[in-house]
Amino acid sequence: MNAPLTDLDRPNSYIGRSVPRPNAKRLLAGRGRYVTDIVLPRMLHAAFVRSPYAHARIVSIDVDAARKMPGVRLIATGEDLAKLCSPWVGVLDHFKSMKSPPQLPLPVDKVVWSGQAVVAVVADTRALAEDAAELVYIEFDELEAVVDIDAAREPGSPVISPELGDNTCFHAKLDTGGVDDIFANAAHIVEDEFHFGRHTAVTMEPRAIVADYNATEPRLTVHHATQTPYQFQDLYARHYGIPESCVRVIAPDIGGSFGMKLHVYHEDMAVIGLSMMLGRPVKYVADRMESFVSDIHARDHRVRARMAADADGKILAMDVEDVTGIGAFSAYPRTSVVEGNQVFRLMGAPYGFQNYRADLQVVFQNKVQMSQYRAVGHPVACTVTERLVDLVAARTELDVFDIRSRNLIPDDAYPCASPTGYKFEALSHHACLAKLRTMMDYDELRAEQAELRTKGIHRGIGIAAFVEITNPGPAFYGVGGARISAQDGAILKITPSGDVHCSISVTELGQGTETIIGQIVAEHLGVDRARVKVITGDTENTPHGGATWACRGAGIGGETALQTAKKLKENVLSVAATILQEQPDRLDIQDGWIVDAATAQQRIELSEIARIAYFRSDTLPPGTQAQLTVAHHYAPQGYPFAFTNGMQACHIELDAETGFVKILKHWVVEDCGRVINPMLVDEQIRGGVVQGLGAAFFEECLYGDGGQLINGSLADYLVPMAVEMPDIDVAHVETLTMDTQLGAKGVGEAGTAAASAAALNAVNDALAPFGAALSQVPMTPVRILKALGHI
Amino acid sequence: MSDLITIDMTVNGEAVSCGIAPRETLADFLRQGLELTGTHTGCEMGVCGACLVVLDGRVVHSCLMFAVQAGGSVVETIEGLSDRSAIADIQQAFHERNALQCGFCTSGILMTAHSLLSQPGVPSRDEIRDALSGNYCRCTGYEAIVDAIEVVAQRRAATPQIAEAVA
Repeated sequence: MNAPLTDLDRPNSYIGRSVPRPNAKRLLAGRGRYVTDIVLPRMLHAAFVRSPYAHARIVSIDVDAARKMPGVRLIATGEDLAKLCSPWVGVLDHFKSMKSPPQLPLPVDKVVWSGQAVVAVVADTRALAEDAAELVYIEFDELEAVVDIDAAREPGSPVISPELGDNTCFHAKLDTGGVDDIFANAAHIVEDEFHFGRHTAVTMEPRAIVADYNATEPRLTVHHATQTPYQFQDLYARHYGIPESCVRVIAPDIGGSFGMKLHVYHEDMAVIGLSMMLGRPVKYVADRMESFVSDIHARDHRVRARMAADADGKILAMDVEDVTGIGAFSAYPRTSVVEGNQVFRLMGAPYGFQNYRADLQVVFQNKVQMSQYRAVGHPVACTVTERLVDLVAARTELDVFDIRSRNLIPDDAYPCASPTGYKFEALSHHACLAKLRTMMDYDELRAEQAELRTKGIHRGIGIAAFVEITNPGPAFYGVGGARISAQDGAILKITPSGDVHCSISVTELGQGTETIIGQIVAEHLGVDRARVKVITGDTENTPHGGATWACRGAGIGGETALQTAKKLKENVLSVAATILQEQPDRLDIQDGWIVDAATAQQRIELSEIARIAYFRSDTLPPGTQAQLTVAHHYAPQGYPFAFTNGMQACHIELDAETGFVKILKHWVVEDCGRVINPMLVDEQIRGGVVQGLGAAFFEECLYGDGGQLINGSLADYLVPMAVEMPDIDVAHVETLTMDTQLGAKGVGEAGTAAASAAALNAVNDALAPFGAALSQVPMTPVRILKALGHI
Repeated sequence: MSDLITIDMTVNGEAVSCGIAPRETLADFLRQGLELTGTHTGCEMGVCGACLVVLDGRVVHSCLMFAVQAGGSVVETIEGLSDRSAIADIQQAFHERNALQCGFCTSGILMTAHSLLSQPGVPSRDEIRDALSGNYCRCTGYEAIVDAIEVVAQRRAATPQIAEAVA
């Protein structure tokens, strides 16, 4: 009972504490306000007529019959919207020679994927709009579809955008040199060809937007289910020629995003134009079938990779070729090259070898756009690397822990860089590896596995090391010319009652942004957390910033909040010192009181400072102007990214007769630096792991030869459900980044980064006694039975 | 198609009499007609569980039935259960355990939890996961939801009067 006091025992010490989310109570009572819920006066509803063909010329569009339907207010084609909206091109300057065709809200002459919106119908209700949409007649002239990533690159193959010359969006190589020699002389070479299926975000709330254009001001207000309101404010202003200050984007409660809701979608851009044409609010909510054919898809990589090792299992080099299909154009404004770029730069990242060669080809095809989704590129790079590491282990008869222990970058080797140019400030692979081994009781599991095998029960254990990119600076998008901010901003004020109001540019998607910002502000200002109100997701009421993506909310948004709180505290203490006739540095704030810094004796309440400042400034000495509101911005300036790391393990049981896999347990040891709220961090990891396990076992957007998505419904596309998912144990190592005072790095993508790699290694561990192996995800029962030679 | 049929039902304890288009689903009627937006639609084909409501004592998919089919029925949504404190302990456990993130699936999951926890006995974790098999959640990975429901089951078993009070 006389345990020493820790940091958490100080008053208002919230950083490091598992506090629940104040804003979750509203959601639990059914009082969330999602874009799908929003109704505005005179609001109309849009529906879209979509292309049934993957590739076709638009010959003619006949809307006469549709226009006569009840409740129809507007029917718009690509040509109508092209008069208002300037085209966009999804390229970034730092991806040299990448190319992509211009895009418009709706196409004017051809369609390039099955499901592409062609005509917009706006009516009094969604049902009436859909009724009329059925009567729009579009004559198409079908063209040969480019579906396969190899066929797309063959000479003589149809070129989707002839003005670009071919179907290659981007081609890049990395080469440290010497790789051929190393492979020629290596004791061991392992290699494989890996396939990663296309999958998609399947947010519970589909994409949703309400655009409300008022020509009298002019004024465009957009209620948008997005994680990046500032980016869309800029895009809507520029592409529709509206002054930026007249565009307001509000992101209320968001029903899941995972990266999917930060890309430009054609329907969303169209809805802005429809509202401008009508001068009335227009709402569009994708239904689930539309989501599958219009939300970004992710992954879709074929990787041929080999790894060279010496006789002792020391990894010497990797040689990688990645081909990825991205749809008919590169997504805007972040491009569809980022995933491939991260795949070929993250290969082998946890390991110390320095020789590396890679070739990346990003290919156009007649499918829906592929772009950034949670853990962009990470699962691909991690799965390829970790499978090859296991193959080296098998070849050298090393245990999977021993091979990693031998090759992971030593914990005392930092700072250092990967052969692909990533700079690591400080990682903790070995500490995580050791913690994982203890946590999962590895030796016991191996013994149990051996015993069960004698009884015909086939369990598999797989582990995977990962490195995750977080806290991106301007090197991510800004240097490429994208108007996507790497900085964030906060406005923090003391209200007349002594409460605290924080409006900040990082956004809330359910992960707990508002909660952790409140924790940081409360701790650094010295007030009860219940008195801090955090506002996010409105370009009009928050400073401009990057918002939440690429694991930057806690690290960059959190540091912004910390620095802002410190600045406000200085201002408060300055006024307090004037009132108390004391030196500011002898005062502190605790629990909403100005206290004597040395003795913690209460001097004057914060609410009293506020009362005097706001209502009785006449009682302050002449020249005193209380500044109880501060605005502050923060952009990362040290390392280009704050890399995190960790280890995952998966334990599965294989039914070799049916090909079914039961996931028994999953473990994660993760190092995201300062853990601000352990419960929220662990839940980010768990949710991320399950998305990774979905990719590993279930999720795949399947296309027919003609480019038709053949499983585009929630009944056909499998997502992980409660019965299939295991309990997931999570532990931490905390290596702070010294680039910030807070020391936090990101964590939202860590779970997804390595879950499929650990799962693939686990399944292969179970398949090994059968002489079978698998190098494709999702690992469906059919693929497992094929690997086993049963079918 | 547009001819309205007058339907009487009881929603969250209040008598409702409305002209409803025959093709309107119960989910759309609750959300748009009655502005009970706590009920969500995630797939509109009875797979995701976001639209679950209590109809005449049974948990049903409000996206899979027409509103006119609910004539004469007693319907309860998340707003109703919440207002009469029928699931206050479940909501509290979800809040404490952070058994929700974006919250879009949460109303449906609370319906499933309410239904499961109204049965006698303390369900095992496997039974809880099985009961949740019709509820899709993309954010949490389910474990926190299972934890929260398990905690409520144990709390109710330890203090039976709570279970009776909320039934």
